[in-house]
Amino acid sequence: MAKMTMVQAINSALDCTMAKDPNVFVMGQDVGYFGGVFRCTEGLYKKYGAHRAIDAPIAEGGIVAAAIGMGVNGLRPVVEMQFADYIYPAIDQIISELARLRHRSGGEYWAPVTVRAPCGGGIRGGQTHSQSPEGIFTHVCGLKTIMPATPYDAKGLLISAIEDDDPVIFFEPKRIYNGPFYGHGSVDQKSWNAHPAGEVPEGHYTIPIGKASIWQEGSDVTVLTYGTMVHVAEAAIKASGINAELIDLRSLLPLDTETITASVAKTGRCVIIHEATRTSGFGAELVAEVQEACFWHLKAPIERVTGWDTPYPHAFEWEYFPSQTRIIEALQRTLETN
Amino acid sequence: MTETDQKAEPAYKSRLFVPKASSRPGSPPDFSTLNIPAAGAAPKPDINCNALDIQDLAYSLIRVLDDKGCAVGPWQPEIQTDELLKGLRHMVHVRAYDDRMFRMQRQGKLSFYMKCTGEEAIAVAQAMALESGDMLFPSYRQQGLLFVRERSLVDMMCHCISNARDNLKGRQMPVFYSWKEGNFFSISGNLATQYSQAVGWAMASAYKGESHIASAWVGDGSTAEADFHHALLFAATYQAPVILNVVNNQWAISTPQSFASAGTTFAARGIGFNIPSLRVDGNDFLAVYAVTKWAAERARLGYGPTFIEQFTYRTEGHSTSDNPDAYRAAGEGKAWPLGDPIERLKQHLISLGVWSEEQHTALAEELAASVTKDWKEAISYGSLDEGPHWPIPTMFEDVFKEMPDHLRKQRQQMGI
Ligand SMILES: Cc1ncc(C[n+]2csc(CCOP(=O)(O)OP(=O)(O)O)c2C)c(N)n1
Repeated sequence: MAKMTMVQAINSALDCTMAKDPNVFVMGQDVGYFGGVFRCTEGLYKKYGAHRAIDAPIAEGGIVAAAIGMGVNGLRPVVEMQFADYIYPAIDQIISELARLRHRSGGEYWAPVTVRAPCGGGIRGGQTHSQSPEGIFTHVCGLKTIMPATPYDAKGLLISAIEDDDPVIFFEPKRIYNGPFYGHGSVDQKSWNAHPAGEVPEGHYTIPIGKASIWQEGSDVTVLTYGTMVHVAEAAIKASGINAELIDLRSLLPLDTETITASVAKTGRCVIIHEATRTSGFGAELVAEVQEACFWHLKAPIERVTGWDTPYPHAFEWEYFPSQTRIIEALQRTLETN
Repeated sequence: MTETDQKAEPAYKSRLFVPKASSRPGSPPDFSTLNIPAAGAAPKPDINCNALDIQDLAYSLIRVLDDKGCAVGPWQPEIQTDELLKGLRHMVHVRAYDDRMFRMQRQGKLSFYMKCTGEEAIAVAQAMALESGDMLFPSYRQQGLLFVRERSLVDMMCHCISNARDNLKGRQMPVFYSWKEGNFFSISGNLATQYSQAVGWAMASAYKGESHIASAWVGDGSTAEADFHHALLFAATYQAPVILNVVNNQWAISTPQSFASAGTTFAARGIGFNIPSLRVDGNDFLAVYAVTKWAAERARLGYGPTFIEQFTYRTEGHSTSDNPDAYRAAGEGKAWPLGDPIERLKQHLISLGVWSEEQHTALAEELAASVTKDWKEAISYGSLDEGPHWPIPTMFEDVFKEMPDHLRKQRQQMGI
């Protein structure tokens, strides 16, 4: 097995699926000759040519609309939004068209489009290079929404997404493109080289969409999170000394409610963490699920640790981010209640 | 996951057309296909012309300065030499500022920076051709507008390093300036959004019976966004007093202009909307100034919008995150056949006998020193890494006019 960063793992997923199926192609701004501003499509242009690693005009709505048309005509488009923040110009095509095509046409038409988008903060990107808009998409009927936390998962999930006949929004937490991250700028960025999840098979493999992974088992409290925050949560749990069960959701929709509820039924406590803003964020959905399914098991109110309800600030990234400190406080609060 | 379409099929013999770049690394720069008419050749139409009368101007190139630095032809603007000297000074100043900030980014003092090297004439000449009450809707490469409007460089720098004197309170990335006092609209990270907003601002000016006009800038790549097309449609429909500029600097990060121009000029796009459309040599200070004056007068007198393609070249990388040698021929910027805007205006002023190489060198030195002084002052108010910054709780302000309870609670949760 090779060691890969998340960027390399994504690249490898694209390469594997393109090699296997001539209907798969990538399209987006700077994805062709240049190999993508984050290098996720590097080498594909050389290997597959300009008509399969397709550079696109700066028109996200146009890119998604074209992908829908190409998808309807038998292809499997994988499109890149240069930053998740720039998915908004494409939102009508995604929400009104891509997501609903199968349903509105009585099952006659569908477009197996995968929309890849680097999301999240911690790279000094200010308010338009840092957002986590996953909650917008899980609210839409007909989209699968994924966010991996490791190179291994990123590759397996991306291959599943591309091979899936439904549209998938695939968020890539760019803060962990090159290594895990433990919650503060002053903590050195670790490399995936030293991390078990950096072991990635070269060939084709899949990870099922809709299955969470139990990152670490524990008995006192269930921590639900995904993306970059899995690593921050892991570090916070370690620092707190609390025996927490950490669940990486991986797939937000469909959601693995079985794994979640089994865990909360066992621990009786639940802390939910995400980087996206709080109000109407995906955490709210998780709270509702957990309390519906586990109300009689709960020993404490469910806690949420999230980004604040403000645009992402350039100068105050670490104060905006759910920090280890905030996570530890939440863990301790839930344990105080009997 | 399904099993459909998973068996490998023979690869298609693709007939899909994908545009090519003007150059790629390893090949020599080649601008031989550019059609560059002689300076002075383009006619100057009446300001009440309509789009079809002047459609040739959307395909040619308005140029005033010839290769020797002489001003020729009907587009020679009425402008005093001391104004030209001022324009030169602003351009040299912008370049000194860019160089300094770029170096500071490389030293880790700011998180990001974008230069406008080679494009200085556009923002500087256009700002000088407009009036102070006119509203500017820029993209991130028109820092020259701020120089002409006399924004303090120290304040610009304080914004770029998010310190305690940043007028944007540490919330925006470097170069996303905003300056209400100077009628300079807040720059968005989302490309082209300002373009149609500028039209709306101009519609309001007409609605209120005022004579202020708006001017907007967008890059060649950004013309692909829907907001660009909305701008042309609304400007044409309501005959809004607006100048819509496309800064065609040939590249959008690694993507050549051929991915948005559809094989024709950008100016040509205005004709379909029945908007008088011109293409101008963006490295020719006099031509840019003249065309902008003409367009501004049209707008002010109620003849509606003008669409201008500023034909230029992005000499440097896209931003500090970019390596242009990875996607275009080395030395392409030097091979740009329309030269450097500062050099060309300098040559013109020398040929008029009002400027000299010695004066020019002294000016560049003076402005580099003054930028250094400004930088020292700016960091005395705080730096990105060490602060002081705005107090952290201020991040909860300005989300709404009055802070709602949920934000107040979140601020309290921060312990403040
Ligand atoms: C809606 C949106 N999509 C993508 C981007 C990422 N992006 C930033 S600048 C840029 C290239 C812009 O090129 P152009 O409009 O030609 O302007 P130039 O940088 O050449 O001045 C891209 C793709 C963005 N900022 N906004």
